[in-house]
Amino acid sequence: MSQASILYDLPGPRAKRRNAILGVASTVGIIALIAFIGYKFADTGQFEARKWEQFQYASVQRELLGGLGATLKAAGIAAVLALIFGAFFASARLSDKWYLRSPATFVVELFRAIPLLILIFFGYYVPLQYGWSIDKLWALVIGLMLYNGSVLAEIFRAGINAVPYGQTEGAYAIGMRKNQVLRLILLPQAVRSMLPAIVSQLVVLLKDTALGFIITYPELLFVGKQIGGRLPFGLPYVPTYLIVAAIYIAICGALSALAWWLQKRMGRSRRTAAKVLPAQNAGEDAARMI
Amino acid sequence: MGEFFRVLTDNGQLFVDGFTNAVKLFLIAAVGSLVLGTLLGAMRVSPVPALRAFGATYVNLVRNTPLTLVFAFLVFAVPKLDVNIEYFSSAAVALTVYTSAFVCEVIRSGVNTVAAGQAEAARALGMTFGQVLTLIVLPQALRAMVPPMMSVFIAMLKNTTIAAGFSVLEAGAIPAYMAERGEPQFAVLLWITIGFLILILPLVALQRFLERKWRVAR
Repeated sequence: MSQASILYDLPGPRAKRRNAILGVASTVGIIALIAFIGYKFADTGQFEARKWEQFQYASVQRELLGGLGATLKAAGIAAVLALIFGAFFASARLSDKWYLRSPATFVVELFRAIPLLILIFFGYYVPLQYGWSIDKLWALVIGLMLYNGSVLAEIFRAGINAVPYGQTEGAYAIGMRKNQVLRLILLPQAVRSMLPAIVSQLVVLLKDTALGFIITYPELLFVGKQIGGRLPFGLPYVPTYLIVAAIYIAICGALSALAWWLQKRMGRSRRTAAKVLPAQNAGEDAARMI
Repeated sequence: MGEFFRVLTDNGQLFVDGFTNAVKLFLIAAVGSLVLGTLLGAMRVSPVPALRAFGATYVNLVRNTPLTLVFAFLVFAVPKLDVNIEYFSSAAVALTVYTSAFVCEVIRSGVNTVAAGQAEAARALGMTFGQVLTLIVLPQALRAMVPPMMSVFIAMLKNTTIAAGFSVLEAGAIPAYMAERGEPQFAVLLWITIGFLILILPLVALQRFLERKWRVAR
């Protein structure tokens, strides 16, 4: 009820009755919606054993696992590269030399404004035309690295800037060098504050590996299309995509939950003077996970 | 360099069609997700637990699903349910379903930024629910909502390119056509990039301006 308390007073007897009626009506409405979808599924034979049969086969399960493996591989490589890319460009943007700052700003702003799919196409169509052999994995990974690396660079920069200036002043006052201030004072505090935001950006990266489907990189979604398109099993697209969606939701949901938990935990801890950059559920950051 | 401009002038119609469809798709999905997202946002701040749970479930499921999967479901699976819609509409529905989860979150967190004391004071003055909402809460919440809402829509404009993977002639589909015509792809992709920068950079600038202006005022 805490979130509703802004708009509504504690309900009195009449409001309680009205809310109860609305509650029953909306429950009925939601159940009707679910029932309609279930009916539509049953009506078109989505629950037939034939459409689900192949998921019992070890070979099909191996296919799905292979797809998941390809997804996780692309996400893993891209995550490491994006973190390095982000750290590099964030430190360049935080530099007090303009000739480091401006090119880094240009790169970060540019890659954040280009649609990710177009970045991936640069690595896919250009080599394709000239007959250079480039793995589709790398076309995907480089696109993911450039985009998510740029977003991470902004998160890192915001994290460092969120440490109160007094910390820097204090460190300089006791005779630390610039390098020491960053390494010993700012980074340890900033990492705590930006960890939730980093984890939720990695969820975005993991979700975006599904774009590999479009350049026919054999990730989970692509494997799903192949399994769903099998005629002997009655073109089981619906069951297959439900299973694929469940896998994505389970993995991304677990990571999102981790980000949320980190945020709660960091919010309590007093080891950093910096304000925690929220992972989700707060103001402007609701927009970040898109 | 002449080659670079020739790519655009020789294939002008394709670029115009691609970007027109991208903007069309964007506008339709923007209206759709604003409506659906507001509805879901209203559910999430409503006093009815069933509606709150429904809104929360929708947001958590959709937010952890890749947009490409939503597209694939609409294009490949939904026709198997005897619902036949054309590719362009599928793309608009996919973008709407996905984006409204984020619109919903922006609205919910926008309402939550208003201090509880504001609404309490308004009620103490004897204002009705409608007055509290329209005179006190929404004017403050909107300031907090507009910048992140713009980020969501900027992201959606970029996401329209995904429709190209699902048979919609859209800006992202231009390279596939150009591959058949044998045009230099690097130039083609640079032109598409420039097109998106022209569309997106003014929006980013406006968003940052509003963010700066309204942060001080609040």
